[in-house]
Amino acid sequence: MAGTVEKERPRWLAGVIPYKTMGYWRPDYEPEETDVIAAFRLIPQDMVDPEEAGAAVAGESSTATWTVVWTDRLTAHENYQGKCYRVDPVPNTNPQQYIAYIAYKLDLFEEGSVPNLTSSIIGNVFGFKALKALRLEDMRIPTQYVKTFQGPPHGIINEREMINKYGRPLLGATIKPKLGLSPRNYGRVVYEALRGGLDFTKDDENINSQPFNRWRERYLYCIEATKRAEEMTGEMKGHYVNVTAANMEEMYKRAEFAKETGSCIIMIDLTIGFTAMGSMSKWARDNTMLLHLHRAGHATYTRQKTHGVNFRVLSTWCRLIGVDHIHAGTVVGKLEGDPKAIRGYYDRLREDFNPKDPERGFYFDQDWCHMPGIMPVASGGIHAGQMHQLLHYLGEDVVLQFGGGTIGHPMGVAAGAEANRLATEAMIQARNEGRDYMKEGPDILKKAAKHSAALASALDVWGDITFDFQSTDTLDTVETPTASR
Amino acid sequence: MHVTQGTFSYLPALSDDEIRAQIQYGIDQGWAVAIEFTDDIHPRNVYWEMWGFPDFDAKDSAAGLFEVNRCREAYPNQYIRVTLYNPKLTKQTIGLQFIVNRPGNEPGYRLDRQESNDRVIRYTLVPYANEKPHGDRYAEGAYGDYHGN
Repeated sequence: MAGTVEKERPRWLAGVIPYKTMGYWRPDYEPEETDVIAAFRLIPQDMVDPEEAGAAVAGESSTATWTVVWTDRLTAHENYQGKCYRVDPVPNTNPQQYIAYIAYKLDLFEEGSVPNLTSSIIGNVFGFKALKALRLEDMRIPTQYVKTFQGPPHGIINEREMINKYGRPLLGATIKPKLGLSPRNYGRVVYEALRGGLDFTKDDENINSQPFNRWRERYLYCIEATKRAEEMTGEMKGHYVNVTAANMEEMYKRAEFAKETGSCIIMIDLTIGFTAMGSMSKWARDNTMLLHLHRAGHATYTRQKTHGVNFRVLSTWCRLIGVDHIHAGTVVGKLEGDPKAIRGYYDRLREDFNPKDPERGFYFDQDWCHMPGIMPVASGGIHAGQMHQLLHYLGEDVVLQFGGGTIGHPMGVAAGAEANRLATEAMIQARNEGRDYMKEGPDILKKAAKHSAALASALDVWGDITFDFQSTDTLDTVETPTASR
Repeated sequence: MHVTQGTFSYLPALSDDEIRAQIQYGIDQGWAVAIEFTDDIHPRNVYWEMWGFPDFDAKDSAAGLFEVNRCREAYPNQYIRVTLYNPKLTKQTIGLQFIVNRPGNEPGYRLDRQESNDRVIRYTLVPYANEKPHGDRYAEGAYGDYHGN
């Protein structure tokens, strides 16, 4: 692969030549505004130079195969070739890592198809022998391509207007234990959590339709619980029923039934795949149902710094495919996440324009052209005592999901929900009053707890619980120096 | 019961100073200040009556609080909410909304169940107060001139 080339070797002579010499290394290339651009982190094999590795990735993610083919000449092949135009070494890495920038002509991708986009960009290259490791760090989707997608069926603004809740994080809980509860008992937890003060409850990723809890029964008890909670509070409530199933026919059937019961929201798991997500997005749009996505399985390829696909790229794809909610990390909870990187994911999901910013992991400017934003969901090991940190790191356009932090409350599920709601409102009030709520957070919560035994008790039990582990995936906060140009 | 629509319904009723602080927050964000009232507290009642126009040029929260108190005088036994509206591009939606007045007695809701096929139930939520016509729903004599503000 990295072997030397005879100087005078004709380009089209049959045989194997370096990708660099096939036109996939183009240091002179200026990306056009219509190009899709990708930034890959790569570690070449010892005998492979970084430009050749970048060119190989460009080749294998576009037109190339391992050998020269004369049939390239039947095409305007330069148009269709991915072009690696820049390779930068990442400082202080051993083995040496590089960021390779590759531009792709818009022609290469079918309109409105994330499956097609990903089949090209991550389809073949990750198993490539010339590389020790490869990770897709970021993508720039040009306006012309963004506009071939409709994005979220509703988005943050429509969702808030639909459920009539503004100016504070939405609150949810995943029903626990996630496996084993009968539908009737499951509905009890839904009711208590919603009447206590949460806005949403949620099926977990792996509760689909097991022998102890068949979907149809569960949906019926959950809507009864939801409507009862509306009666007791005068507020709109929702329970995301998981419609994940083995095939589209079954998912449609479950979604239709959820709609028939009067539910306002359904959920799917990332494990169903991009095409199925697209189908459910269309269904949700056609049926005025909010669509929640649980990112089940994502960490198998998003977590390790030198392998897979960064979550900010997955966030980008999910915004294009179109879901209304997506789990995107908590910073302070039990699951992986560097604060600035997570801020980047949240901004990628919520903001209209993401300026290039190494601090947040953005390698390019990304303009969303007013495509609605997705509500990020923070779930896993969070509790009322962290409210100031949650608001600080995650902002107010977020669903904070307190599963254990609601259901594990010593005074009961409704008390747990009340504690979370009160803590949220007290912190929003303090922030809006201009107080330094990060510093005064614990005092603000203590004061709010004076008129709520539920909050006092929550702070008592969980006040000091943190999950302070080193992050596996960290940002390169300095932009890597330009090289190989 | 205690209707928990709006942000801050889980806190003790806000004082006038606290209401003013929240209005000021909205003004500082460049938001408009609107006051709305209703005696139909159904959660899906979107369009409460407008207490005049939203104030898109508000400079000082004192004016907002003054209008809240005028609205309270006119409709002491209705629900009144402050809506802070964000007109900026990519938002054009409500930034914050909270209840600042409620009837002394909140009778709550009735949940009707219409049994349908296959154990599906059609739910209908009705505020008890809605059994009466507008103006007669909460304490007697509480209702002012419906259109006059």
